[in-house]
Amino acid sequence: MDSPSKQQQNLKSLEKQIEHLETLAGDNKVALDQLHQLHEKVNALRMQVHSGMSAWQRTELARHAQRPYTLDYIDRIFTDWSEIHGDRAYGDDPAIICGMAKFHDEEVLIIGHQKARDTKQKVYRNFGMPNPEGYRKALRTMHMAQKFGRPILTFVDTPGAYPGLGAEERGQAEAIARNLREMARMEVPIIATITGEGGSGGALAIAVADRVLMMENSVYSVISPEGCASIMWRDATKKEVAAQALKITARDLKELKMIDDVVPEPEGGAHNDHDKAAAYLAESLTKHLAELRGKSISELKNTRYEKFRKMGQFFTER
Amino acid sequence: MAWFKRDNTELDPSGEKRVRTEGLWEKCEQCNHVIWKKDLDANLSVCPKCDRHFRIDAEARLNLLFDDAKYHLFDDRLYSTDPLRFTDTKAYSDRLRKTQESTGISDAIVNASGTIDGRPVIISAMEYSFIGGSMGAVVGEVITRAIERGAAERKPVIVISASGGARMMEGAVSLMQMAKISAALARLDDAGVPYISVLTDPTTGGVTASYAMLGDLNIAEPGALIGFAGPRVIEQTIRQKLPEGFQRSEFLLEHGMLDAVVHRKNMKSYISRALSFMQPSN
Ligand SMILES: [Zn+2]
Repeated sequence: MDSPSKQQQNLKSLEKQIEHLETLAGDNKVALDQLHQLHEKVNALRMQVHSGMSAWQRTELARHAQRPYTLDYIDRIFTDWSEIHGDRAYGDDPAIICGMAKFHDEEVLIIGHQKARDTKQKVYRNFGMPNPEGYRKALRTMHMAQKFGRPILTFVDTPGAYPGLGAEERGQAEAIARNLREMARMEVPIIATITGEGGSGGALAIAVADRVLMMENSVYSVISPEGCASIMWRDATKKEVAAQALKITARDLKELKMIDDVVPEPEGGAHNDHDKAAAYLAESLTKHLAELRGKSISELKNTRYEKFRKMGQFFTER
Repeated sequence: MAWFKRDNTELDPSGEKRVRTEGLWEKCEQCNHVIWKKDLDANLSVCPKCDRHFRIDAEARLNLLFDDAKYHLFDDRLYSTDPLRFTDTKAYSDRLRKTQESTGISDAIVNASGTIDGRPVIISAMEYSFIGGSMGAVVGEVITRAIERGAAERKPVIVISASGGARMMEGAVSLMQMAKISAALARLDDAGVPYISVLTDPTTGGVTASYAMLGDLNIAEPGALIGFAGPRVIEQTIRQKLPEGFQRSEFLLEHGMLDAVVHRKNMKSYISRALSFMQPSN
């Protein structure tokens, strides 16, 4: 993946100029309108620079029916997989799987959203949309990993937490919130990989990590492009524009410093070659885990805190 | 996840500010009772007939809780720089500027320090009239600073939520504020400093799914809409009508998701009593 950095630099300088002009334009409506148009042109150019693939096209790849799911990666990257079920309070959520596994002979805990390909399985997995018990299962297994000093590897691929009646009754919000707080102070290394769809809070609830990786064609967003389009444009068909505006691709988010690394995918996307996609991911996990293993618990926690603490320094203080 | 009501005051083609005729009376949406505005104010914006709690702004919240309505604002000059350069039917930067003008505050959050029955506390109050109280980089930063200050000065932190959730126009940046604030709350918790979350109408989306549900106590005003997903999204998903009272404070209390539902007039005394439990007596 060669990055056309020169073109990107040009784009950045164009954006800077527009920004500067905007401050000069004040309330001049004609000037502002023209600047707005220029801004849209810059956005379009940016799209081309990014290897010609739009954010929406990547969203489609991220949701591709043949895209490898968590169990596909587990098969290819890990050995000795033993699943752990249930939240010990209400039930077992098949939309999130948890279990022990070995990674290069090292014990790790695996947590991941699980999607499926045929209709019956899709319903069983609830299309990868967890209920609160899924998040609570994830947290209780994380605490077990912490107790025994085992690293946690999570795989994120969900349209979002399930917006259902029962989910609300059983405290979907509380379950997600608790995971965010507890993962922030977990005393073992955590690596989260967005493998497909990183759907909002339902994704973040297993992705507060020392390293957050994104597969090249995965997306990570606060709302789906369709949802954003129907709210902001009042027109769901504007999903392509919305996808672009939301900056949901791996590269955009790396640039914004919301994630730590991008994992390359085989030519055309991960669905074309599951083995190769898994090999690339394994390579990246090996590298990041090795880096984290050398750190003390307090160093690990402090670095994790500082990383999230610095997210969103997008303000001026007047 | 993030949803909010579009404010209808925008799009005035003349560019002139519309002057609202000051109403002397207000109608209660719940019981249709027409209330003299002064009576409503005197009753803390609670309907004297049916007890419906009207929405009040951040300033009114602070006045209600702090001793003698006295407090110091801090971190009140943070302005979003529009991280995504977001534009829908109009530019987010314009929307921000207009809302800042109409509300007189920099974003949907106000930090203040003062005392409650003599105890020093920090209150972070959300402002719903600022783009639906949505949480972007500024809200995330300001609340995080309130929590960090609380930890450093060992002062209890109270966050009063009123929000439609994460601010869509700041994309993943707003999503990550959930993690940032929750991480700060983990430290506050480790430090043993009290954190009380007050949920008011409405509290939904990423705000509920982070700091609003992480209090040592999570308490709500009566009748507040509280949830993760918006009711319309749920209805579309399950294709059936939602039961009466669904996602209201009393519903959450019944399902074990709130520690108490507290009437506005008792909010200060409830918090004060809780702080007495949480802090050593001198
Ligand atoms: Zn009434």
